[in-house]
Amino acid sequence: MASCLRRYGRRLSVSICEKRELSTACEGKVIQQQQQQQQQQTAKLLNLCSAINQALHLALETDPRSYVFGEDVSFGGVFRCTTGLTERFGKNRVFNTPLCEQGIVGFGIGLAAMGNRAIAEIQFADYIYPAFDQIVNEAAKFRYRSGNQYDCGGLTIRAPYGAVGHGGHYHSQSPEAFFCHVPGIKVVIPRSPQQAKGLLLSCIRDPNPVVFFEPKWLYRLAVEEVPEHDYMLPLSEAEVIREGSDITLVGWGAQLSIMEQACTDAEKDGISCELIDLKTLIPWDKETVETSVRKTGRLLISHEAPVTGGFGAEISASIVERCFLRLEAPVARVCGLDTPFPLVFEPFYMPTKNKILDAIKSTVNY
Amino acid sequence: MGKRTGCSKGKGGSMHMFNTAKNFFGGHGIVGAQVPIGTGIAFAEQYKKSKGVVFTCLGDGAMNQGQVYESFNMASLWKLPVVYVVENNEYAMGTSVPRSSSVVELCKRGEGCGVPGRQVDGMDVFAVVGAADDAAKLCRNGNGPILLEMKTYRFRGHSMSDPAKYRTRQEVDEVRETVNEAVEFAQNSPEPDVDELYTDVYK
Repeated sequence: MASCLRRYGRRLSVSICEKRELSTACEGKVIQQQQQQQQQQTAKLLNLCSAINQALHLALETDPRSYVFGEDVSFGGVFRCTTGLTERFGKNRVFNTPLCEQGIVGFGIGLAAMGNRAIAEIQFADYIYPAFDQIVNEAAKFRYRSGNQYDCGGLTIRAPYGAVGHGGHYHSQSPEAFFCHVPGIKVVIPRSPQQAKGLLLSCIRDPNPVVFFEPKWLYRLAVEEVPEHDYMLPLSEAEVIREGSDITLVGWGAQLSIMEQACTDAEKDGISCELIDLKTLIPWDKETVETSVRKTGRLLISHEAPVTGGFGAEISASIVERCFLRLEAPVARVCGLDTPFPLVFEPFYMPTKNKILDAIKSTVNY
Repeated sequence: MGKRTGCSKGKGGSMHMFNTAKNFFGGHGIVGAQVPIGTGIAFAEQYKKSKGVVFTCLGDGAMNQGQVYESFNMASLWKLPVVYVVENNEYAMGTSVPRSSSVVELCKRGEGCGVPGRQVDGMDVFAVVGAADDAAKLCRNGNGPILLEMKTYRFRGHSMSDPAKYRTRQEVDEVRETVNEAVEFAQNSPEPDVDELYTDVYK
C-alpha cells in the first residue's frame, strides 16, 4: 500500500490513511476530510513553522485525545510553531510545562500509555539530554518489556535541531545519532514545509514513540506550496529527490538543500548525481539506498553532526555489506568536524557545498 | 565576543566566561547543569579541608530541574560547603514562576532535601553582600549547604537609557562609557586562530 507513494520531483502528494491502533477518532475524520477536499486540493505558500503549526492544528482537531505541551508552547512557542493552539483547543489540551525536560518526556510517556497522543516539545534539541533516559529506557522499551500489554505509541517528541548561523554550542546541535541507536523509537527529520506537515502527522498517528527533529534554519527560510488538507507521508520510506547515474548522495533535513547545490555544480562538470532524502533515520529505508548505489556504484553521505559515530557511519557500513562488489570507490562522508559545535568557527565546522563538491569529484575520480 | 583576547580564547559562546585566577568556573548555557557541578567542586574543597566555599548561581527556571534536587540532597547529606544563589527575576524565558512552580517561595524549595533557605532583597546590594557573608561563614564552619533566594526582577527594556528611578542620568552615562570602551577593545581584537578549532577537545 505504502509503495504507491514513492514520488519523484515536486508534485503534490497523494493522501493516505494508515491504520492506527490508538483512538480511532482520527481515522473517521481524516477520511471524511479527504472526501470533502478531494474535489479541490488547494495548496498555499507556507514556511516550515507554519506547516508544522498546521499539522498540529489538524492533529488536535482530528483526535480529541491529543495534547501539546512543553516550555512556552502556550503563547506560540519560541519559534511560533504552536501558535493558536491554546486559543483553539483550550488550556487543558495545550499547556506550558516547567523547565524540566526529563519530567516533560516522562510525563508524556505516561499520558501516551493511557492511549492518548502526547506531543511533547523540547525547546531545542540541545536540551533533550536530561530526557535521554526516559526516551531510551522507558519509551523505547515499554511495548517490548510488557510483552505488548502496554505501549506509549502515542508519544511524539518534537525538537528544533541544527545549525542556525550563530547558535554556538547549545543552539545548533544535531543529536539524531544518539537516538538512532535505540530500537523501539523512530527518528524522523523533514527537509521542507510540505514534507514536514505530512511527516509530522504520520509521526503523531504512528503507533510507536517518535522523535521528530525540525531543522530550525528552515523555519522561516524554507517556503513552498503546502496542501491545505490533511495528508500523511509514509515513514521509513526514503525518497529520490534528484535522479542521477554517477554517484548517490544521502542526507536529511536542512543539509539536503546544501547537497542539492553541490549536485547542480557537479552537473556542470559532467557528474550526474542522484540525491536521496532519507526522511526516517530509524527504521531506515535500506532498499531505496541500495537500489540507487547498485545503479551508481558510489555513495556519499552528508550530515551536520560530527562525522565520528554519526548516522552516516551506519549507512556506510550497511551499504558496504550489501553492495561491496558493486562499489567503485570508498563511501564518502562529508560531515561536521569532531569538535563541539563552535561559535566563531561555525563556517569551518559545517559540511559546506564546496566540501561536498570536492568529495563528489574525488569519489568519482577514485 | 568570540575574539582571541576574550575569556575562553573566544571559543565559547556569550555565556561561557571563565577566570581561573578568580576561581570562576564559568557561565553555563544548559539550565541547571551547573548545580551538580558546583556541588562536586564543594566536595573537592571540603576534602582538601581548604575552608573554601562554593557559590553556585542559578535562576528561577533552573529550580524545576531534577538535577538541582539531586544536588541539594547530596550537599545536605555530606554537609558540603556550597551556597546556592537563586536569582529569582520571576521569568525563565517566557515561563513565569507562579505559572510553572507549585511552591513559589523558592527559598523553601531546598527544605525537603535538608537545605535551609533565606530570601534576600536582590536589588539591595548591601542586603546581598550581608547575606552572602553570613552564608559563607555558616558554610565554612561545616554547617552544610544554604540556599539564598535573591528576589529581583527583569527589566522590560534593553536600552541603557531606560528611565529608571534608582539610577541618575550621570551614573547611566558613566556606565555607558565603561561599556563602550570594553566593546571597542573587543571589536578591535583579532579572532582566534583556525588552529584553535581542534584544540581542547581532548587533553
